[in-house]
Amino acid sequence: MPNADRTHSVTRRLFLRGTGATASGVALLADMHIAAAADEPPIVGPGAIPLTLTVNGRNQEVSVEPCMTLAEVLRGPLDLTGTKIGCDRGACSACTVWLDGAPVASCMLLAVDVGARAVTTIEGLAHGDTLHPVQEAFIAHDALQCGYCTPGMVMSCAALLERVPNPTADDVRAAIDGHLCRCGAYPHIVEAVLAVRKPGP
Amino acid sequence: MDRFTWQSARTVAEAASAGKCTVAEAMRADTDADRVVMKAGGIDLLDLMKEGLLRPTRVINLRDIPGLDTITEDAAGTRIGALVTLEQLAAHSISRQRYTALADAAASSATPQIRHVATLGGNLLQRPRCWYFRSAAHHCARKGGEHCFAFAGENQYHAVFGHDGCAIVHPSTVATALVAFNARVELANAQGGTRTVALEAFLVGPEVDVTRETDLRAGEVMTAVLLPPMPAGVRSVFLKQAERLSSDWSIADVAVVLQRAADGRCQNVSVVLGAAAPVPWRAQKAEAALTGRLIDAAVANAAGEAAIAGAEPLRRNAYKLPILATLVRRAVLTAADVRETVP
Repeated sequence: MPNADRTHSVTRRLFLRGTGATASGVALLADMHIAAAADEPPIVGPGAIPLTLTVNGRNQEVSVEPCMTLAEVLRGPLDLTGTKIGCDRGACSACTVWLDGAPVASCMLLAVDVGARAVTTIEGLAHGDTLHPVQEAFIAHDALQCGYCTPGMVMSCAALLERVPNPTADDVRAAIDGHLCRCGAYPHIVEAVLAVRKPGP
Repeated sequence: MDRFTWQSARTVAEAASAGKCTVAEAMRADTDADRVVMKAGGIDLLDLMKEGLLRPTRVINLRDIPGLDTITEDAAGTRIGALVTLEQLAAHSISRQRYTALADAAASSATPQIRHVATLGGNLLQRPRCWYFRSAAHHCARKGGEHCFAFAGENQYHAVFGHDGCAIVHPSTVATALVAFNARVELANAQGGTRTVALEAFLVGPEVDVTRETDLRAGEVMTAVLLPPMPAGVRSVFLKQAERLSSDWSIADVAVVLQRAADGRCQNVSVVLGAAAPVPWRAQKAEAALTGRLIDAAVANAAGEAAIAGAEPLRRNAYKLPILATLVRRAVLTAADVRETVP
């Protein structure tokens, strides 16, 4: 990143995060100027700015340009490549992650816009080598072929089960409404989710 | 996506004083102009930016402004904050119970992933989905060019009413229901003032200005949508037809709101057609066909036919007319609790 592209002004919170993440807070201070008008919110970017994202329960310090999407930051700097980018327009849902537990399209969300909200990716579902029950069920029910849509599908299905432990087939179809599977694994995906539901009392 | 600077507003006043132009203005601005636009959920904005149709120099973030993400009601009606998401709107008890057509319209929009992020304000201010408008290769009339390419081109998803120089259909599904409820929008400006305007007047057709879909002024922030109280006996129904059952755009949708007096006759009738015109299209002849009448199959059928009277279909979209008529008939019968009999 050329020096000219560095951040020119920062919020106090970003500034404090930045000083925490760098060896030399003084040098950083000299490199930035705080927006002169105290009553105007600071303008940051277009170069990279320091950001703290909560991903899979851990705080992650990253340096991102405001134009980067959450999907790009997950797959790039954070090396969490389980999240896939398909259409990059929110139309295929391959990039689905959880934001405070709700499934969202990470390709249509700027990383700088995530704020304090907790991000959960497919890597955060399994516990070590122990897969999430939805992942186990996808394998048992042959619910994938090429696998590209699978991380997003699993995130939406697992989110459904968190909200509705005993869903109907229609509930599952509604939950995967936005997902495209070019291999056509939909019937097996519905079967897999129905197999891990917890019948009510 | 091109790079831009980012400014997160903490108050509506901050956003209003920072905002320099509407998205429509920014899309037509010179490349050396200061293109400062506002972002709520950001779904449509990112779409336009990824296609290179919108290249903002700065994005003002509205999402962190407190107080704009709640739905409240009092004697004067219901206030829906502009940052309420489509998912909130689909699930909230007030919208579900009082404004059922609105909740159903929200639930039928986009995908679950988009509904969790997309806001009501952003949904109403999104730019049209016409494939010529969305194509960087087509400098269409709405983008300041000479022609609407849809008239001579592929127009199966375009307007059958009101296409005066541009054949887009309004992109918002919830707008169909909101117009049927006589919703108003609240707009704040940089001077600290607020104006409210009927949504039906706020959304403008190409005969007013082909380069914008709304009466939003530079620096204005939509803060809320206001709905009148619904007296007892009001029923509302929203029906949508798409090519696929899952997460698809409407090829036709309809919102019907009606009240039945003690003698069962209809009053205060709204019939609004979506995906039919550049704005949500009030079917006044259908409303007249229902007002003061007892609903039966014949009256509902007549309302459906009245709804499409005067339509001007293009080369490839006349198929929409029987769909619109059918949706109106079914919505009227459902709103009046009359079971449809198969002829």
